[in-house]
Amino acid sequence: MEAFAVNLLNGCSWGMLLFLIAVGLTTVFGVLGVLNFAHGSFFMLGAYGSMQIMHLFNSFWLGLLVGPALIALLGMALEMGLLRRVYGRDVSYQLLLTFALLLVLDDAVRIIWGPAYHVVEAPPLLAGSFAFFTHSYPVYRLFLVAAGPLLGLCLWAFFRFTHWGKIIRAAAMDRDMAEGVGIRVPLLFTLVFGLGTWLAAVGGALAAPHQSVGPSMGERVIIESFIVVVVGGLGSFPGAFVGALILGLIESFGTVFAGRAQMALPYILLAVVLLLRPRGLFGREA
Amino acid sequence: MSARGFSGSVIATLVLLALLLLGPCILPIYWTMIVTEIFIMGLFSMSFNLLFGFSGLLSFGQAGFFGIGAYTAALLIQTGFPSLWLIIFCSVLVAALFALAIGYLCVRRDEIFFAMLTLGFGMMLFTIAHNWRELTGGSDGMPLCSVPPVRLPGIEWSLFPPVHVYYFTLFWTAAGVFILWRVVRSPFGLMLTAVRENKQRLAFVGADVSRIRLAAFVIAGGLAGLAGVLFCVFNRMATPDFMHWAFSARPVLMTILGGSGVFFGPAWGAAIFFCLEQLVTAFTENWMIVLGLILIPVVIFFPQGIVGTLVQWLGDRKESRS
Amino acid sequence: MTPRPILEINRLGHQFGDFVVMRDISLAVQAGTMTALIGPNGAGKTTFYNLVSGRYQPTQGSIFFDGLDITRMPAHRRVALGLLRSFQITNIFPHLTVLENVLVPLALEHHKGFRFWKSMSRERDLKRQAEEILERVGLASEAHRRAHELAYGDQRLVEIAIVLARNPKLVLLDEPTAGMNPEETERMVHLIQELAQQSGTTFFLTEHDMNVVFSVASYLYVLHQGSLLAQGTPNEIRGNRQVKEAYLGGSLDS
Repeated sequence: MEAFAVNLLNGCSWGMLLFLIAVGLTTVFGVLGVLNFAHGSFFMLGAYGSMQIMHLFNSFWLGLLVGPALIALLGMALEMGLLRRVYGRDVSYQLLLTFALLLVLDDAVRIIWGPAYHVVEAPPLLAGSFAFFTHSYPVYRLFLVAAGPLLGLCLWAFFRFTHWGKIIRAAAMDRDMAEGVGIRVPLLFTLVFGLGTWLAAVGGALAAPHQSVGPSMGERVIIESFIVVVVGGLGSFPGAFVGALILGLIESFGTVFAGRAQMALPYILLAVVLLLRPRGLFGREA
Repeated sequence: MSARGFSGSVIATLVLLALLLLGPCILPIYWTMIVTEIFIMGLFSMSFNLLFGFSGLLSFGQAGFFGIGAYTAALLIQTGFPSLWLIIFCSVLVAALFALAIGYLCVRRDEIFFAMLTLGFGMMLFTIAHNWRELTGGSDGMPLCSVPPVRLPGIEWSLFPPVHVYYFTLFWTAAGVFILWRVVRSPFGLMLTAVRENKQRLAFVGADVSRIRLAAFVIAGGLAGLAGVLFCVFNRMATPDFMHWAFSARPVLMTILGGSGVFFGPAWGAAIFFCLEQLVTAFTENWMIVLGLILIPVVIFFPQGIVGTLVQWLGDRKESRS
Repeated sequence: MTPRPILEINRLGHQFGDFVVMRDISLAVQAGTMTALIGPNGAGKTTFYNLVSGRYQPTQGSIFFDGLDITRMPAHRRVALGLLRSFQITNIFPHLTVLENVLVPLALEHHKGFRFWKSMSRERDLKRQAEEILERVGLASEAHRRAHELAYGDQRLVEIAIVLARNPKLVLLDEPTAGMNPEETERMVHLIQELAQQSGTTFFLTEHDMNVVFSVASYLYVLHQGSLLAQGTPNEIRGNRQVKEAYLGGSLDS
């Protein structure tokens, strides 16, 4: 029973991080029509960037605030400088370009911070653990379980009630229409790409105290967020939520019940969804 | 686009083949080995281009099948399988079977899903190779002490000297390229081009587009497996790195460098790639960032690749002269 | 005794989400005839063709082709039965040659799509048949040009040639003369009539040019706002007040 609760919490905390990252991926895809292979690299940059700022100013919160914002600026610069040039072209070139970005960013991280793993301490407020029956459970994970849905709720409110949120939703449904009603689409694209990058980077900054920071952390995340969006349905907001939660839970319970075979579980989930519901759980019929 | 440069290049191919046969007599041993590697990567890239250039499918997971070929060969050699022919046959078959199963899942949706899923399933194979220590040796890989010799009636040809490996690789690369050449010129090859050109029209003249794509995926996977076997023999080992996405990036980069619209473009891209690598690794170990930085402007400014742009430029000049 | 209809549609309906785009359509197309489906812009003609050809699955009703229920059949299998379509926006293989454009469906027609080894250039039979088809549509002289280099009207003829290569029983033509100049239109109309007489292929076409409709079709269906408004011979439709009103209203709206 306790083990069950612990696994549930673990699954939820990782699932919530995945949700943030997958929402960024799916929003960028919905509006720009570009699947960003470098999304996991932005996650990793978020972790490294905020870690750097934490070390400089010795404040977790400042790192969480400034780090992802800087990465979002980098994302917007890359969108304006590079991605914008291939929108009109065959979809392969967009995929190739973001894939090239992935190679560059991943290696850049290795050059700047080296191949070693770094440990980031949770802030004093969230440090330590509390007694949970006979287990002790880190406070920080509990924070993640709460922060995820909270951020998700903020995002939902943003999309639902704010002017820009509504524009983004409209543009995701019909790009030509957005242009027709006088929205400056290039600006919109840049902002949305910035938002997507920011979400990935926030995920990274939040994940830093949760797992160690290392040069292959983007790798796991991009593949898992791909699995989330395929399972949930690419472009679907609730799909990203449910997909992320399922994947997080499968992974945390998998370590207990499936032993080493748990590595294969996400892929089995992916295969089953592709066979039974190729459009994903929340995917719209074409 | 793809048909251009075919028939005229037959003679050029034969001349090139003659040069390649003489290669080890001219080249120092170090370059003989580099050219061997170019053969292997050239075949790998050309098999990738059956998907990308001919049917418009961008796969980021071809290293998975390359690695399956390499690991199957390594396992069979380790268990003491005596016949190299049989080892190659089995490894290619296993790679093709994996391609069949994974491809069946990947071709169900559009090109974006295909790219995403091939990357995902490719990394699944990497994860398996990396973690199943008992079978694959984990991250250390599987080193091979010896490779069985090539046996023909009356001859035993050891694969110890690099020059022998060179000819062995040349033979199998040529065989693989010949298969590809036949396939793209066949009625099936026409179907593939039609998929790239207009898959909707093709579906509405009665073709099962997913099945055509799956068939191409299996052929490409099998040939990637063949390249993997050759690489395993060349390196005398199989490691999980062969299956990582950074390795899948290689045929992608080579094809883009060379040009996807020209049949031998990816092979030329492989040659460019290795020459660059010789230059770059003298200065830095972080070679992927250099490639990424080269790839970005190529994608933006020369989408037909270096050789592709050159071929088109020559074609335009010829046209304007006549 | 009336002949068996080649296409029979029973109470067909379709909706996207909550939005009903097509309701309760029943009609029949007799073999060997030239039937037309007309209606103001946005009446749902193209949606109807998408349902019949298998691009969408209808949410209600059934479709019978040649006595066979094809309501849930994937598009490519309908083609194998002899149900072909053209598209409103020219839909060909732009970078293949005109000859190759016809060779693609011909190879499929002869079940050669999955031949991996034999060279295409040795398929002399296919090539001869492709040339014959190009002869019929008047494109023989353009065989070796790339399709996208052709004049607009000729590109539309390429699409007709592609369709003919599958030896169709029924062809759905979606606005075959859309965007054509009068000369090209006349050529297309002439071609369609000739094909219908020669090969016994049934044609079911939509068209916005009423002159074309009344000169080729022997029976008409009128679609309006997703449902069937009227049917009859050209003369009956010409005199139908409801149809006139629908067209007037439609043209005022749009």
